[in-house]
Amino acid sequence: MREITLSQAVNEALAEEMRRDPTTFIIGEDVAEAGTPFKVLSGLVEEFGTARVVDTPIAEPGFMGIAVGAAMTGARPIVDLMFGDFIFLIMDQLCNQAAKTHYMSGGRLSVPLVLRTNMGATRRSAAQHSQSLHALVAHIPGLKVAMPSSAYEAKGLMKTAIRENNPVVIFEDKLMYNDKAPVPEEEYLIPFGVANVLREGTDITLIGTSSMVQVCQKAAEILAAENISAEVIDPRTIVPLDEEGLLKSARKTSRVIVVDEGHQSYGVTAEIASRINEKAFYYLDAPVLRMGAMDVPIPFSPALEDITVPTPEGVAANARKLMSGEMIHAA
Amino acid sequence: MSPAKNTKTNSEEYLRMYTQMVRIRTFEDNANQLYLTAKMPGLTHMYSGEEAVAVGICEALTDDDKITSTHRGHGHCVAKGANFKQMFCELLGKEEGYCRGKGGSMHIADQSHGNLGANAIVGGSMGIATGAAFTAKLLGKDDVTVCFFGDGATAQGLMYEVMNMAALWNLPVIYACENNGYSEYTRTEEIAAGSITARAEAFGIEAHQVDGQDVLAVNTLAQKLVARARNGEGPFFIELMTYRYHGHHVGDINREYYRTKDEEKHWKEERDPITLFSAWLTKEGIATSEELDAISAGVKDDAKTAVEYALAAKYPDISEVDMHVYAPTDPASLTVGG
Ligand SMILES: Cc1ncc(C[n+]2csc(CCOP(=O)(O)OP(=O)(O)O)c2C)c(N)n1
Ligand SMILES: [Mg+2]
Repeated sequence: MREITLSQAVNEALAEEMRRDPTTFIIGEDVAEAGTPFKVLSGLVEEFGTARVVDTPIAEPGFMGIAVGAAMTGARPIVDLMFGDFIFLIMDQLCNQAAKTHYMSGGRLSVPLVLRTNMGATRRSAAQHSQSLHALVAHIPGLKVAMPSSAYEAKGLMKTAIRENNPVVIFEDKLMYNDKAPVPEEEYLIPFGVANVLREGTDITLIGTSSMVQVCQKAAEILAAENISAEVIDPRTIVPLDEEGLLKSARKTSRVIVVDEGHQSYGVTAEIASRINEKAFYYLDAPVLRMGAMDVPIPFSPALEDITVPTPEGVAANARKLMSGEMIHAA
Repeated sequence: MSPAKNTKTNSEEYLRMYTQMVRIRTFEDNANQLYLTAKMPGLTHMYSGEEAVAVGICEALTDDDKITSTHRGHGHCVAKGANFKQMFCELLGKEEGYCRGKGGSMHIADQSHGNLGANAIVGGSMGIATGAAFTAKLLGKDDVTVCFFGDGATAQGLMYEVMNMAALWNLPVIYACENNGYSEYTRTEEIAAGSITARAEAFGIEAHQVDGQDVLAVNTLAQKLVARARNGEGPFFIELMTYRYHGHHVGDINREYYRTKDEEKHWKEERDPITLFSAWLTKEGIATSEELDAISAGVKDDAKTAVEYALAAKYPDISEVDMHVYAPTDPASLTVGG
């Protein structure tokens, strides 16, 4: 199968859906001619024109609000938020407006909108350009949240997101834009709420999101060399969450580590770990461990930044501790 | 260029402005080189071409006056009194940097000279600057705050909220809009409807437009407005017409799709703030071109030493990673009656 980058995969998904549905449009900063600073949207304005690939001023709450209004009245906006960190600027439009409109209108209005943004540290971009803020929006009922872990995932999840009748936030890892993966030429969609088992195992389950899926995969390889059989699962969407899929694996292996790049406290790892504790407690041989980004603003200095995020070695080390029965608390 | 003040009594002032502009340009040339040779982590936004803006304004300020800076902040940092060693250390993420390596290029600031920080959120410092002016008024201090921001930042709603309050409450803040014609890869005309100064005027704020390549014009205006702001006549708004020589950031190399090489050439050759000012200094007999060259050479040496120092300096110890998340509070102050 051909291999393309995550960036190309997103680009293809957008192009295909924009051809399919004339009510879709892209809106954001430097999305047209520049194709975004990450060049993910290159070529789209040439095909769809400036009426459907709309460059805006640096006015995030403004264009987000416009997108919400457009979504409520028959269009399907795909909002481009250049950095996930800027989500703080649009919180009112996203969380008070988009997320609640369907509910507050008793189901009469809906907001079919996609917010494309990114996450991920270790790019030496310091505290305001490195955050992974998906837990913040996952907390708000009414929003769906997808976290693609490869080019294949990014394309399939994006196509589903665009056809969804709800506001969906997609977090792409900015360090993965150039990562290649096999992606079929034929059309496919990836449904929301269906976890993907990337590797089967019997001793321990490693649940990872976004780039942490790769971290878990590498940890599983390290562990395999030590005769520890790790299962690796990617939930793909954290809202909706494939709780049954995760529980099934937890019941089978009896040990679980959840790895996610958001800050560890009050985050996605905590949510998944507590669901497993609540619903698979009697199957477990060890406490469910959480591994997230350290609870610090992301520092600029490479010497500090690199230790703030989970690594394959760190995951493997924790897995060993769980296997040996050592009672530990999350690293 | 603007007419000279009393050239004899002010020659020291002029030469300091010249030196500061050269220091900014030299800092940026070295920073760019560090990027090109893969010695600098991450990306950085160059201030080259805009030197007269930061220098003209900061030379009108005292160390107690405050500024807020932007993602393109090295120029403001130098102009407000920072030294090369700590700046290069910060740029390279070293312990001795102004922010102990935690901030990097986009957050670089010498806090001890009243720089409240460079900000990676466009427009993100407008509240902070206005708040600093609020403090001055509240505590009866006479310091003034200058808020630097780009033309692109005028699209942020926050600006309109705080200008309204600054005008209502007569706060000693000067909003300094560095209009370099672009925000990222987009021309200002495409992202700003109407006039930029009229935005401030709508709130009753006195607004000026000035040639940002003319350090004397900038400084003369800044001196007047700072004095008036100190006197309770603020806020003010200045739009400074300028140009950035490099790409939006150092990695933005192929930029002909959004601006022509001819345009860049025109600004560099006809409108360079340092060239214009050195011509004026020699014409007025304040310095010979040999003297100016000697200043530049001295600055280059300083930069070279500082870069070498920073390259050899150590990274922060990893134990610093969770230091400074929270500021300490004196427990005694947390007791009843404390
Ligand atoms: C809130 C926010 N939106 C978008 C960005 C991305 N961004 C960084 S600099 C920039 C352009 C800023 O233009 P301008 O204010 O004119 O400053 P200049 O770069 O020209 O100095 C953009 C869009 C950001 N950092 N913060
Ligand atoms: Mg600009």
